[in-house]
Amino acid sequence: MATRIKDLPADEIVLSGNGACASCPSTLALRIVGKALGSNVVMLLTPSCTVASMGLTPQMAFNYPAMNVCFATAASSASGVMYSLEAQAMKGRLQGELPTVITWTGDGGTYDIGFQALSAAAERNDHFIHFCYNNEAYSNTGVQRSAATPAFAATTTTPGGKVEAKKNMPLLMLDHRVPYMATASLAYPADLYDKVVKAKSVKGLKYIEIFAPCYPGWRFESKDMIKLARLAVRSGVNLLWEAENGAITRFSHPTKGLVEGSSQPRGLEEYFEAQGRFKHVMTPERKEAFLSGVEAEIRAEMDLLRGRQV
Amino acid sequence: MNVHPISFPQKGVSGQTGSWRMERPVLNKDLCTSCLFCWVFCPEAVIDKESLKIDYTYCKGCGICASECPTHAIVMEKEVSSS
Repeated sequence: MATRIKDLPADEIVLSGNGACASCPSTLALRIVGKALGSNVVMLLTPSCTVASMGLTPQMAFNYPAMNVCFATAASSASGVMYSLEAQAMKGRLQGELPTVITWTGDGGTYDIGFQALSAAAERNDHFIHFCYNNEAYSNTGVQRSAATPAFAATTTTPGGKVEAKKNMPLLMLDHRVPYMATASLAYPADLYDKVVKAKSVKGLKYIEIFAPCYPGWRFESKDMIKLARLAVRSGVNLLWEAENGAITRFSHPTKGLVEGSSQPRGLEEYFEAQGRFKHVMTPERKEAFLSGVEAEIRAEMDLLRGRQV
Repeated sequence: MNVHPISFPQKGVSGQTGSWRMERPVLNKDLCTSCLFCWVFCPEAVIDKESLKIDYTYCKGCGICASECPTHAIVMEKEVSSS
């Protein structure tokens, strides 16, 4: 049975007064993830907005044991911490339940710089949860393009719009045949919570990607952050699903309706209209071609995902 | 003196972030249905789950609570004082 918003625990992992922008999706995502994981956690962070906003020594904005590691090493550091904890438990130095080891990275630390370590850890099937909050750019350093930036999106390094299409990281992780993986959205916090609880119970490498609309990077109003996350899911830009061992086991609401054909994608135009980074393609001359291109891509991805079901 | 590179959890690591605010969210309890959308969607964790009291010391005024409230019980009012 799915959890309701009212049932989420009141414990807070992210403390108020951190350095994140108002309406930062990374702190909100970490807040919900923290509620699902409890307090027995070791968190490894690579350079990202979360690290930039967590405070300076000797203060920290998270109620977790957390360690900052090099950009490329999120997954390999987590593997090392996990093996060390297991060794200590074997020697009797650690009693009780072992902490859950998690990594917390942005799309840079997963799609680009952290990919090799993550791929290797997935192949070894090391026991930890890799989180990626995908804000589709290097927002922390001033919104440069990343492999997760969609085509046509303007960033500070692609002022005329990105030429290349984005990398499809969830599908890459699906083909690593990890024991459990999921894509999630901030607009559906109870769904995200359930996915994290499920990931915690599975042995091996778990991958969870959280779609994170970044208001300074995508150039929209801060109050619309959840609205954009919701539009992304309803329009099919962000498809929510869970997979085990290389096969999709479940599509979450409302993606389920889109994939099964019982409901139609809506709000695509509204989604792109709200973002300043697509302003140059949302003109009367270019809009139609751009939107039909995106629609075709979404249909192709849904066809692909349908074929990957159990 | 030994200095250890260890940090400890604390509120307000970036100061009183409430001073960043341009507009303050104000809750009208008469319209509130306690759906807790404001609480769950607050990135700053400044809304109390039980009392729905907003901690204005740290609220950055992003406006998500007002924008997501289904009954419009929270409205954004222009900030007048500096606190």
